[in-house]
Amino acid sequence: MLLRMLWRNAFRHKLRTSLTLVGITIAILAFGTLRTVIDAWYAGVEASSSTRLVTRNAVSLVFPMPLFYRERIRQVEGVIGVSHGNWFGGYYIEPKNFFANFAMSLPDYLALYPEFLIDPDQRITLLRDRKGAVVGKKLADRFGWKLGDTITLKGTIFPGDWPLTLRAIYRGRDPTVDETQLIFHWDYLNETMKRTLSRRADQIGFFVIGIQDAKQAAHVAAMIDQQFKNSNAETLTETEKAFQLSFVSMTEAILDAIRLVSIVVIVIILAVVANTMAMSVRERLWEYAVFKTLGFGGWRIAGIIFGESLVLTLVGGGLGIALTFPAAALFRRALGQFFPVFEVSPLTIQLSLAAAVAVGVLAALFPARQALRVRIADGLRRLG
Amino acid sequence: MAAEVARPLVVIREVSKSYRRGSQQVPVLQNLSLSIAEGQFLALMGPSGSGKSTLLNLIAGLDQVDSGSIEVDGVDIGALSESELARWRALNVGFIFQFYNLIPVLTALENVELPLLLSGLTRRQRRERAELALSLVRLADRLDHYPGQLSGGQQQRVAIARALVTDPTLLVADEPTGDLDRVSAEEVLTLLDRLNTDLGKTIVMVTHDPRAGRRAHSIEYLDKGVLSDAPQDALA
Repeated sequence: MLLRMLWRNAFRHKLRTSLTLVGITIAILAFGTLRTVIDAWYAGVEASSSTRLVTRNAVSLVFPMPLFYRERIRQVEGVIGVSHGNWFGGYYIEPKNFFANFAMSLPDYLALYPEFLIDPDQRITLLRDRKGAVVGKKLADRFGWKLGDTITLKGTIFPGDWPLTLRAIYRGRDPTVDETQLIFHWDYLNETMKRTLSRRADQIGFFVIGIQDAKQAAHVAAMIDQQFKNSNAETLTETEKAFQLSFVSMTEAILDAIRLVSIVVIVIILAVVANTMAMSVRERLWEYAVFKTLGFGGWRIAGIIFGESLVLTLVGGGLGIALTFPAAALFRRALGQFFPVFEVSPLTIQLSLAAAVAVGVLAALFPARQALRVRIADGLRRLG
Repeated sequence: MAAEVARPLVVIREVSKSYRRGSQQVPVLQNLSLSIAEGQFLALMGPSGSGKSTLLNLIAGLDQVDSGSIEVDGVDIGALSESELARWRALNVGFIFQFYNLIPVLTALENVELPLLLSGLTRRQRRERAELALSLVRLADRLDHYPGQLSGGQQQRVAIARALVTDPTLLVADEPTGDLDRVSAEEVLTLLDRLNTDLGKTIVMVTHDPRAGRRAHSIEYLDKGVLSDAPQDALA
């Protein structure tokens, strides 16, 4: 009966309640969407493996390393595979059609990335074709590419037109796998460089290294860097996660701003709900006086007020959480090129729910205090 | 054979009560003593501001005395803590207010069931008792009506059912006919009379209405916080 009363009380002033619910829904929706944006920023970090290391030039990623490093790295104890390659940085037809594209030693690369699911026949065709390329499903869908299509990339770092043949399309094993990349054979890039710009041949942007045991990552990384100490191109080896985080940290200020906005949104809605609850309780002080008269103690009366506040925030929060999914889908469609992975995570849902509960509890604190402090005689007098 | 003397249910000894209004202390009751016998139907009358409602609130445990003591059925209610007093009220006192004070979002049945939530009865037992109380006030056909769908007289009868449902020792009524038309007021007074005579409930009623006063078995007249003789025109 008390639950029915909480529900009916919450919807007693339909206009006021509706407006408050709209506010809570939008706030939780905004909170969930902003959290998902932050998650999307960290998607590369989430997708990284603890058994993969990345080696780059210690000065900066833009400085190359010689190809022969590959064999030296392979010989380090604990290393089970090495793939080498470059960030290609090309675009398709016009600059706005930008996406991540790499030239990699594909056989090694695919062996290190079992989360890229490729049809076995496509894999064989890809590895046989020097000009073959593999793309993620989302990228193929974005441009309507089909197997056998020619994709001509315009190079920015490596000038010229680069015709590639689409030989395989990969899907992610997990939702966190980026399906918007294009990868083609590093040999194709290197041979072209040898012909046209020989000083840039046999130069590597980064190595991806598979290791036997994640616990040995720090040791193996140190051993690799030791190999090239005092050379012309000293190296910096770190876990794939740390490597990805170094990109995220460049935009940390933006992420902090987004985090701050998501919290401000919740604080604003807290003020709105607290105002609604304060008005409701002020209007109903006589009812709480009646409850007290009938023998209801402070905890029960506080429970009625907190319960009503929670009904409001949980209904609004539930709607907001439900709407976060279609909102994320819209976001993904509109900005997929910037956020290859845009999934609402279970943690985001939990945080949204926690925010709704926290707002419900905090908004009821002051009104509950007011209701508990009113003297019965004063409360009843307000009615008359 | 000597007539059987009813035992006192409420004993008020030298009670004083004052309220603070701004910086001033306003005395409302002064050294008031009174005894109310079990089964009595007492009307408290007097002009506005005479202290009737204050005395009623003190008897019902809604407020605390400044000095003196009030015993109800042997319990010194001034010695009870706030939570003990709340529990005592739930078990021993039924309240009837001038403006009914029904919870608007609850049906008649739910309003009557409300005090039973503190009783530990099962849902079914609560419902049965609430239905019985509503049938006693002849509202068995209005169980699912909300207060806003009932007339003033019907709402007051629901309030009486709510006051009765816990089978309290004492019923207190503050101007129970003050907001009713003449016909409804008569119905409510008849009902109170029945509760007193048929069920033996002790009733203390505050009223301005001489007709209501005449329906009580005895009248105490308050003026300026002390009991006094009623003026000639008080019950006219």
